[in-house]
Amino acid sequence: MKPFLRSALQGSLAAVAILASSVAAQAKTPADTLVMAYVIDDFISLDPAEIYEFAASEYMANTYDRLVVIDPDNTSQLKLQAAESWSVSDDGKTFTFKIRPGIKFESGNEMTAEDAEFSMERFVLLNKNPAFIMNQFGLTAENVKDKVRVKDPMTLEVELDAPYAPSFFMNCLSYTSVVVDKKTVMEHEENGDLGHGWMRTNYAGSGPFFFRSWKPNDSLVLEANEGYWDGAPKIKRVLIKNVTESATQQLLLQKGDIDVARNLTGDQVTAVSKDPNVKIQSKPKAALWYMGLNTKNPHIAKVEVRQAMKYLVDYDGLGESMFAGTGIKHQSFLPDGQLGAYNENPYSLNVTKAKELLAKAGYPDGFNITMETTNKTEARELSASLQNTMAQAGINLIIKLADNKTTLTKYRASEHDIYLGEWGSDYQDPHSNAEGYLMAPLAKRNQWVDEARSQKVLAARDEKDSAKRAQMYVDLQKMALEESPYVIMFQRVETAALRKNVDGLIIGPTFDLNLYRDVVKH
Amino acid sequence: MKSFARVVLSVATTLFGLLLVTFVISRLLPADPVLAIVGDHASESTIEQARIQLGLDKPLLVQFGIYLGNVLQGDLGNSIRTGQPIAEELLRVFPATLELATCGVIIGVVFGIPLGVWAAVRKDTHIDHLVRFFGLIGYSVPIFWLGLMGLLVFYAKLDWLPGPGRLDFGYEELVTPVTGLMTVDTLIAGDIDLFKNALGHLILPASLLGYFSLAYISRMTRSLMLGQLRQEYILTARVKGVPERRIIWKHAMGNILVPLLTVIALSYGNLLEGSVLTETVFAWRGLGLYITDSIFGQDMPAVLGGTIVVGMIFIIINMLTDVAYRVLDPRAR
Repeated sequence: MKPFLRSALQGSLAAVAILASSVAAQAKTPADTLVMAYVIDDFISLDPAEIYEFAASEYMANTYDRLVVIDPDNTSQLKLQAAESWSVSDDGKTFTFKIRPGIKFESGNEMTAEDAEFSMERFVLLNKNPAFIMNQFGLTAENVKDKVRVKDPMTLEVELDAPYAPSFFMNCLSYTSVVVDKKTVMEHEENGDLGHGWMRTNYAGSGPFFFRSWKPNDSLVLEANEGYWDGAPKIKRVLIKNVTESATQQLLLQKGDIDVARNLTGDQVTAVSKDPNVKIQSKPKAALWYMGLNTKNPHIAKVEVRQAMKYLVDYDGLGESMFAGTGIKHQSFLPDGQLGAYNENPYSLNVTKAKELLAKAGYPDGFNITMETTNKTEARELSASLQNTMAQAGINLIIKLADNKTTLTKYRASEHDIYLGEWGSDYQDPHSNAEGYLMAPLAKRNQWVDEARSQKVLAARDEKDSAKRAQMYVDLQKMALEESPYVIMFQRVETAALRKNVDGLIIGPTFDLNLYRDVVKH
Repeated sequence: MKSFARVVLSVATTLFGLLLVTFVISRLLPADPVLAIVGDHASESTIEQARIQLGLDKPLLVQFGIYLGNVLQGDLGNSIRTGQPIAEELLRVFPATLELATCGVIIGVVFGIPLGVWAAVRKDTHIDHLVRFFGLIGYSVPIFWLGLMGLLVFYAKLDWLPGPGRLDFGYEELVTPVTGLMTVDTLIAGDIDLFKNALGHLILPASLLGYFSLAYISRMTRSLMLGQLRQEYILTARVKGVPERRIIWKHAMGNILVPLLTVIALSYGNLLEGSVLTETVFAWRGLGLYITDSIFGQDMPAVLGGTIVVGMIFIIINMLTDVAYRVLDPRAR
């Protein structure tokens, strides 16, 4: 029996070794294809009227044209894309767009104002996740067909219900003005769904890349649009592979089996940055890590308690450890990069000061309070640090970890004491966060709504003079730093790790400004 | 004919029970399934609209009734998160798991049984201790860690094996899925290089799962074998001068084959459910990851679809084991 066993084992081991040596030689990514590991499990749809997730909006930006986009180089400026020019009427209510001639959809149809009209109406009529952005301007399912109209084959007109700051409307359009191919979409309409059923998994666009295939939670393939009006992309294909484990992404990148790794943790970024074949590219994103303090809680109702908590975060320590490469210290509600963002950070870890404030509020010995957060690595690590620093002033944080949707359900119903999470701007305009933090929904969830404050937010929204508008936001942020029930701590930094031979990837301030068009592989 | 009806009935009740329990448990969670698709920022009207479109505004029992009715007509529904037909998604992920699990269990059997026998024969010697220790590691070390270490050593450092994925990235699109088994499909396509590539990608994750099932199989083989070797008929055979190899592989093995089959079937069933951790580390989109993602995404139709597949796997494996019993053991006929 012994010889039999030994030979069986040896034989199998030899077989494995032979197989292994024969396959190891190939690999490495094809020269004309950008291969990227990226967690794309947030995709729920490919329909631009429904897309509202980080990775999915990046897909949209690379495959569709929008009337206008934010200039990735200068985020306070707009860049014309499918529109050749735009103007606003004297009363500030009617916007006119000239469609750029010569833009062709994948179907070969030429883009006209009719496509733009259809796309904007569809966006509102379908009433999917991002529809509220357009609802803000009085564009509703009932009136959108009248308010958005074709003036001549290449001219589109949009009428708003009131004169808003033009920069506000245009900033919103930079996300919502995707133009889809009306003919193609309507060929697939079923039961008056405006082609939504088909568009959830298909494509009708004109962008620098055409959509090729999507296997949910697995992969996404794009192919260069050789006839793109603004010049064909330099790379032929983009393959995005959903690799959820970041350690696996790191190995793949260092071995050269992928060109870009998009989801490395801070530690991993530090590790790969020492690799001579890898380089790092990063950009602050419009998303903030914050604690939402529910003023329904009698402790939190006292402003001194809220201020004390702002002194009980180890901003610098965290910035150098867990947020190294993935976040920067930021305490105001407008992220760096938006109009009027206030980048001073007045708070630092100061236990003595916090204790004084707590004593003043009547809690010299602190209190117990629960904090809800999601069960993700970052949230877990951050809450552990907060628990530690809060305890130094006697605040005993009881951490409740749960799945993201469970915490969100509670948060939306305002059933929390403290919520720890991340909030991203809906569009690249200060009103998004000003409204979110000071009016709704965050202000409602944390029971901090006040009529006078809301009026100030709306006044800033409608201010036509940009410099004045920016100053109004600075004032609001200073007020919020003092009084608000938000302990804003870090602004997310998106970091991509690339092989040295890959150039031209644009990582912008929002996910719909992450662009592959100029990517080259040397 | 009568027995066929009985089988159908038992399959139906098993699946019904499984679905009911899964459905009820999922709806007891204090999370709103609509949030999974509309996200944190959507307006109330959008949320309400999505709730109605998904039929979540109806009472729980009605929702379950509608679902069952559709399943009976062969419609597993569409995934809430991706909008794609669940049957199609399952057809994509299950072969990936099948391929991995089958290779895994083969490795487990080919190495596990001889190792178990060897340990039993050399009971209490250093060989026995070594085999048992080896099995213990496979049993107790987290497969996640083992997987990453395997990648680090054999892929990153030694370059003997390819990395994660079922093929090198960038080549996957070149294969048209016929069976969904990458090794088979590359052969059908007649591309030997791609076949080797697919096989290479299988080695590490399959070995890992194989090790895991080997640990179980060798342990069970050892204890079953020890039970037999103490029997008197073995002593009789030895006294009669039957060669030791024949005693072990013919006499003793013949008697433990049936219980061993149960062990192997269970092990195979467990692997077929999909190993979430192995699939995560190796970016291997299989059934385990699919079901886990669906649970986290509150994608009820997808979870139920996956549950049906897992239920069917165990029913089929049970039936096959029954058939095998009859072949192996005359008393069961």
